[in-house]
Amino acid sequence: MSTSPSYDIVVIGSGAGGGTVAQELAPLVRDGVRILVLEKGPRFADQDFTGRELEMADALYQDGGAFLTRDGTMTLAFASAYGGSTVVYTGTSLTAPQRVIRAWGVPGLDHGDLTRRSAKYAEQNNVHPLDDPLINDNNRLFVEGGRKAGYLVEQFPVNVKGCRGSSLCNLGCPNQAKQGTNRVQLPRAERSGVEVVTRAEVLRVERDRSLTVRVTEKAAGTKGAPSEWAPGDYHVRTRIVVAAAGAIGTSALLLRSPLPAPRSLGHGFTCHPALILVAEHPHPITNDVGHPKSYFVDHAASERFVLETCMYFPFVTAKSLTGFGPTHSAIMHAFPRLQMILILACDHAAPGNRIAVNRTGSPVVHYRFTPQTIDGLVRGTRAAARIFFAAGARRVHAPADPPLLQAADADRLEERITARHFRPGMLAVSAAHLMGGCGMGRSAADSVTDAWGRVHGLPWLRVADASLFPDSLEINPYLTIMGLADRVAEGIRQDWAATRG
Amino acid sequence: MTLSSPVLRAVATCVVPEAARLDPAQWDELEAIVARAVAARSRAVQRQLALFLTLLEWLPLLRYARRLSRLDPVRRAKFLDRMQRAPLLLLRRGFWGVRTLILMGYYGRPAAAADIGYRADARGWEARR
Repeated sequence: MSTSPSYDIVVIGSGAGGGTVAQELAPLVRDGVRILVLEKGPRFADQDFTGRELEMADALYQDGGAFLTRDGTMTLAFASAYGGSTVVYTGTSLTAPQRVIRAWGVPGLDHGDLTRRSAKYAEQNNVHPLDDPLINDNNRLFVEGGRKAGYLVEQFPVNVKGCRGSSLCNLGCPNQAKQGTNRVQLPRAERSGVEVVTRAEVLRVERDRSLTVRVTEKAAGTKGAPSEWAPGDYHVRTRIVVAAAGAIGTSALLLRSPLPAPRSLGHGFTCHPALILVAEHPHPITNDVGHPKSYFVDHAASERFVLETCMYFPFVTAKSLTGFGPTHSAIMHAFPRLQMILILACDHAAPGNRIAVNRTGSPVVHYRFTPQTIDGLVRGTRAAARIFFAAGARRVHAPADPPLLQAADADRLEERITARHFRPGMLAVSAAHLMGGCGMGRSAADSVTDAWGRVHGLPWLRVADASLFPDSLEINPYLTIMGLADRVAEGIRQDWAATRG
Repeated sequence: MTLSSPVLRAVATCVVPEAARLDPAQWDELEAIVARAVAARSRAVQRQLALFLTLLEWLPLLRYARRLSRLDPVRRAKFLDRMQRAPLLLLRRGFWGVRTLILMGYYGRPAAAADIGYRADARGWEARR
């Protein structure tokens, strides 16, 4: 095993959580504090982002974006890259709803405090609603249909600067317009002297606060820069560890580490299971140009679903449609006339839905759809169909039998779209809002960390990512992750100052 | 069983009827995409996939007295439709996996994306002017 220098603070992961912590701790470098960020994925150059679907999915996502849950009924999408999943999201940036933070009931976590911190990052990352001329037909039809159908349609603030409307956000912006941690927080941290090492996977956190790290070689023909360190295994010593490898990465890392972790580690996994619904309009619309996700309808509190505009790529669209054969092909060939809506079910922490590790230490996600989650998907699908028809769609493709709903079906959506068509394994459910596993709470009896991300019983070990959520957030999570990471960094700075006394 | 076996082609032409019109080079491209995706999965998943394709090939024997690859297109579609609605999760999931691979192989080709009218371009709005 190679050796490496010792550090004072090591941050594992460079996404919304790790990137934020790195930036917020960077001023400590001036005082001689040595800070290292270890990122499992590579550092991509601007020209690596080609927008080609399979090529980018393979380069950016774990399992090409199709990490399967244990029973194989849902795929989970999460990225490994300098910047983590902030490289591949659409930049939608909302602050946590007050009712959700209250319901979490985490002692010491105040909604006002979280909102103020999230607002700081909204400003840093240029979060704003897009100007009207940049909105495409796919989004306009959602607004028009949603309002006609009686829904409150809201505009997403997004974190873009100089968006050219490639529509390729989920494959990494080819124009560097999206202001993720790869564009804002990490470069700032590096300029201040924080060291970032990519292609560096942390295998274990040891009891003595050291880390077993494996740096992998860049394979021939693959995208991204080689690691900053030579390939090999390292034993990195540190005083403080911040785990920010995402809900699945952090939970799995702590589970395979020989630590006296709280019993609830890995539990409380939620993910906003999502379905993509499409509808065909009689004429071509602008859909594969322009920012894909500009509007939403939030019915989380009343009906357990959120609808968002979206536009995906040919393969993702094809696999998201139910069925196969001529009907499926006909819809695919109508691509220039397709409107799309993403339906997210607001699931809640349920017994058995958890992150575990297998014999080799790789993550395994156990997830069963509760009747309430299925109900959220069913209600969301009906609402999306109402919006499509109100916007003038001539037919909607939905989990129904047969799957094509005609305009005449608009008045009987309750009959056509029912839970029996939503059996797991019959439809393509995917999730990208991966939450929980290291939930915050009062003590080791009910949670993994306190409200400042300190692991109960291991004050040198902090968590700073979506695994902290004790339950579903019910909205897009990034600003909330950044707000929580800001608290984690503040806690570390305070502790550091106290020890220096 | 290899991924270029008659059973995979039989399923592929049922899932995406236009696949029947692919020339040999286009089939090679489709199969290469599928092979890459399968190779990236664990050995256990690869075994399950091979086993499920064998099951798909022989199961129709019970009802139609013919293997899947020898069935006419109508019966083949009916059989696969039964698979996707099967009461057993194992069968539904298996079919879903095979269907996903075929859709990836077919629609993951740039030519197929162009054929359906997908025109996303890194230059965004500028490319449409």
